[in-house]
Amino acid sequence: MTGQTPWQTVGPYFHYALPWKGGADLVEGRGDAGARMDLVPDGHYTLNPNDHPRGVAKGQIVTITGTVFDGDGTPIPDSFVELWQANAAGRYDSPDDDRAELALDPDFIGFGRASTDADGVFIIRTVKPGRVPGPGNSLQAPHIAISVMARGVIKRMVSRIYFADEASNTEDPILDLVPPARRATLLAVPVGEGQYRFDIRLQGEGETVFFDV
Amino acid sequence: MSLILPYNREEEGAHPPFLSPDYKATIKRSPQQPLIRIPQTLTEVTGPAGRWDRLMGPAIADLTKIGTGEAIGQRIVVSGRVLDEDGRPVPNTIVEVWQANAAGRYIHKKDQWNAPLDPNFTGSGRIITDDQGRYRFYTISPGAYPWGNHYNAWRPAHIHFSLLGPAFATRLVTQMYFPGDPLIPLDPIANAVPAHALGRMISRFDIETTQEAFALSYIFDIVLRGRDATPMED
Ligand SMILES: [Fe+2]
Repeated sequence: MTGQTPWQTVGPYFHYALPWKGGADLVEGRGDAGARMDLVPDGHYTLNPNDHPRGVAKGQIVTITGTVFDGDGTPIPDSFVELWQANAAGRYDSPDDDRAELALDPDFIGFGRASTDADGVFIIRTVKPGRVPGPGNSLQAPHIAISVMARGVIKRMVSRIYFADEASNTEDPILDLVPPARRATLLAVPVGEGQYRFDIRLQGEGETVFFDV
Repeated sequence: MSLILPYNREEEGAHPPFLSPDYKATIKRSPQQPLIRIPQTLTEVTGPAGRWDRLMGPAIADLTKIGTGEAIGQRIVVSGRVLDEDGRPVPNTIVEVWQANAAGRYIHKKDQWNAPLDPNFTGSGRIITDDQGRYRFYTISPGAYPWGNHYNAWRPAHIHFSLLGPAFATRLVTQMYFPGDPLIPLDPIANAVPAHALGRMISRFDIETTQEAFALSYIFDIVLRGRDATPMED
């Protein structure tokens, strides 16, 4: 056994290295979504040039908008949210999901990064994930696994985005482990057709539930 | 129904606590509630693989030749292996790196301290490990930089590393330091890590792989979480 390499913060200057253009649009990788081109000088952007055609992922398209707040309730402009989710059929695009009976979507990978802007706001465009198995015979409710990273966040903070209008939340084995009074911090709230709101509070009043995985 | 082979948890005492008050920015950005421990499900034991071109873009393994001319500074080659805790290689995984230039300045627009930018150096790249978990890239030796955390606070020279590994559970972001740097013992970010594990982030100079009349070599092996021995039914 060798010891794990320790975590360190991403610091404030990750924008020209991690969040690629279109990385927060898991549906079709459009535009600058997820990147902060305002922080990278012209000619110094080495991430995905995003100039190749892409199809549109299958499923119900949803947009999730939120703000990342610190313990004073101040928005955090130097953070990003990393995403991992199943496709609309509930299949992960991963060699470790071998359930061939569920179709992969050639236009959907399910991995993304969404930087917060100068006002601490991130916007994610994706398809609502299908349900995937949980422990025992359970089925999990649709969810997106997230890692929050920022200057001042010395190791990632792991959480999940669930959908508040999803009936299967009541049978979700992971939500069931969360004290009822804190579950709402994991629910994206519908604010319009296909539009959801999901704020992340790193500390204090209404602190988002973070997981030890 | 398939069997879930969970990964080990975060190694006790090897990682920094969220609240590491000497690194002041953690004071308002660390959770106060305890983490809720959840079992690893299919969500946590899967991860993207082999689609890097469609995500971050093609590999960049020579950071010294991104501009029209060569980057200024001491040319170095950084290499190593990505392994799990049982010493098994982690193949075909993406290693993303970013760093300051030789003067200690980041190309990032928020970095405004008085040190020169190098038009021929961006300081970011990414490499995919081979089937033995090996990676290698060329860059220039990064400079130290002041960061205002406290009086005369200087970050030791470092390169940021971001790794996905095979699964959501194996995610790692770390910083690689250089041997013998006198700033390391003074640095609140490095020393947020328990003392016995700090050395795991310090690369070693290697004359064997140093390239004659070309580049000094530093070796940095990275260890991600391994598999737990006990399978769980999903
Ligand atoms: Fe840095």
